[in-house]
Amino acid sequence: MQSLTLESATEKAPGPVGRLVPRLHAKAFTGGLIVLTFIVVGILGPALAPYDPNKQELTAMTKPPQGIGAIHVLGTDNLGRDVLSRVIYGARVSLLVAFAVVFISGFIGISLGAISGYFGGKTDFVIQKLVEVVWAFPPLLLGITIMAFLGQGLFNLILALVVQRWISYCRVVRGQALSLRTREFVVASRCLGARNAQIILRHILPNVIQTSLVIGTFAMASAIIAEASLSFLGVGVPPEIPTWGTMLADARIYISTAWWLPLFPGLCIFVTVLGINLLGDALRDLLDPRLKRAGSGI
Amino acid sequence: MAIYLVQRLAGTIPVLLLISLLVFLLIHAAPGDPTLLLLGEETNAAEVAKAKAHWGLDRPLYIQYLKFVASTLTGEFGKSFKYAEPVSNVIKARLPATIELAIIIAIVLAIPLGVWAGSKPNSWLDNVGTTFGLFGISMPSFWLGIMLILLLAGVLNILPTAGRSTYGIAGPQTTGFYLLDSLLQKNWKAVWDALTHICMPALALGVNMLGILMRVTRSSVLEVMNEEYVVTARAKGLREKNIVWRHVTSNALIPVITVVGLELGTLLSGSIIVETVFAWPGVGSLLITALNSRDYPLVTGIVITYTAAFVVINLVIDGLYAVIDPRIRY
Repeated sequence: MQSLTLESATEKAPGPVGRLVPRLHAKAFTGGLIVLTFIVVGILGPALAPYDPNKQELTAMTKPPQGIGAIHVLGTDNLGRDVLSRVIYGARVSLLVAFAVVFISGFIGISLGAISGYFGGKTDFVIQKLVEVVWAFPPLLLGITIMAFLGQGLFNLILALVVQRWISYCRVVRGQALSLRTREFVVASRCLGARNAQIILRHILPNVIQTSLVIGTFAMASAIIAEASLSFLGVGVPPEIPTWGTMLADARIYISTAWWLPLFPGLCIFVTVLGINLLGDALRDLLDPRLKRAGSGI
Repeated sequence: MAIYLVQRLAGTIPVLLLISLLVFLLIHAAPGDPTLLLLGEETNAAEVAKAKAHWGLDRPLYIQYLKFVASTLTGEFGKSFKYAEPVSNVIKARLPATIELAIIIAIVLAIPLGVWAGSKPNSWLDNVGTTFGLFGISMPSFWLGIMLILLLAGVLNILPTAGRSTYGIAGPQTTGFYLLDSLLQKNWKAVWDALTHICMPALALGVNMLGILMRVTRSSVLEVMNEEYVVTARAKGLREKNIVWRHVTSNALIPVITVVGLELGTLLSGSIIVETVFAWPGVGSLLITALNSRDYPLVTGIVITYTAAFVVINLVIDGLYAVIDPRIRY
């Protein structure tokens, strides 16, 4: 099916779908490349970083970027710490937070959504009330309140972000499960004596996984921004762990004297999130035929 | 429809009560003592006990919560520890600043730009718009804020970095919205001053919403453009401008206002962080101050105000559907 679309796109005058395909490839390629770089840098961080990110060099404080090949490629901060090393270690934290949040909230959201939609009735009512309560909180507000209660910390931060993010999976999966449970193949397997758990695992879940994948990519982008925002406000990870958010928070006072301090960590957040969004866009265009027809980017 | 909206409104009351209980418990259980934070570490035990009795912190937690609920019903949300006046007054004084900041760019700019881009699919305008939209949703608002300060205030030195107005320029306040008040008083110097102050924070806050709204408007317009009545309108010989702005836009608005409602939460969240970056005297920066001093009534009051605003606006949007599209009935 997909190869058919590709062939027709190359042969004929570009219709809306035809125009979409090369754009899709460019999006997926750029997004994939950025995300791959992010993952590699995150994993290999300690091997790539030229210095210990917390090593203070008091003789080289607030040095501007010196270019490739120099001692401090991206300069140093107000305590003489190497900016490049801190940015690389920052990717590690963002990577960890993003993947942990996406997988844990995905697991909770998909499970609860499938249960809610499949069983309906009281179970559905209780789960959806819970969704309603969490949904009514502006996202950052809930994060700040939970972090004020739990205190700074990487694990606490992941927990605070998960509390907010499972609901988007839950709402969408519930909607799909509601329609799937009346479909012939589900009814047939129930008639053949399959248990509820079997039906959910074998028939409902495989059908909701594609959409969840798209939600997951966007949840990853929002988790990275949320982590940076909370760390920026001083309620995220403890100051001794270098993250892009804490680097930006530290840089605020030096805006007028050291432009490189806010520039690089922010640029890393922006490019990473852009890459993930591009990948998410491409996935959505690929998996959602309705949007494909409209030739739109949302 | 009225019955439907009243039912929905009644349904939100338990949600808000649950949220208030949750926030109340979380913030009370959080480490940090408001008496020590507000009076200072060197305060003696007698003074601490006196302050605790004054603020009602020596009572059991459930009594404190019931007292808070009772004062919420009167619309007061209790008395702020730090400002020593009803929380509602403190919030009311700051709310116009946040509203002014939130609506100026996101809604005024995003929808027209989205319609424009959507009506000319795959044109240069559409491509620029789509790229900008993608950039908008990927840009953390606080970083954009810092970069704007760096460039426009630091390097070019053309805009002020903090606050809502230069001291002494704005006239007496009636609505609390500096721009509106200055316009009403025809005080052009103050209008210009307010504009230069709001420019950067509004852009930093709005760019994200701008990106999302533009993309949604664009795709919604694109979908409506393929409808048969648009073909009919074209066949009748109507001008393209009329078709786009009168026939297409009104029908394409439904998904757009839905997203406005949903994204409002992001906008309110964004206001907390952008107000902190620009020292903007709104509710967002007030929340951070209140949290840092563990001003329990103020924190709970602000959270409830934000969530209630979010819920009520989404309810209003539900009502708006029927106004925009008469086919929708409740």
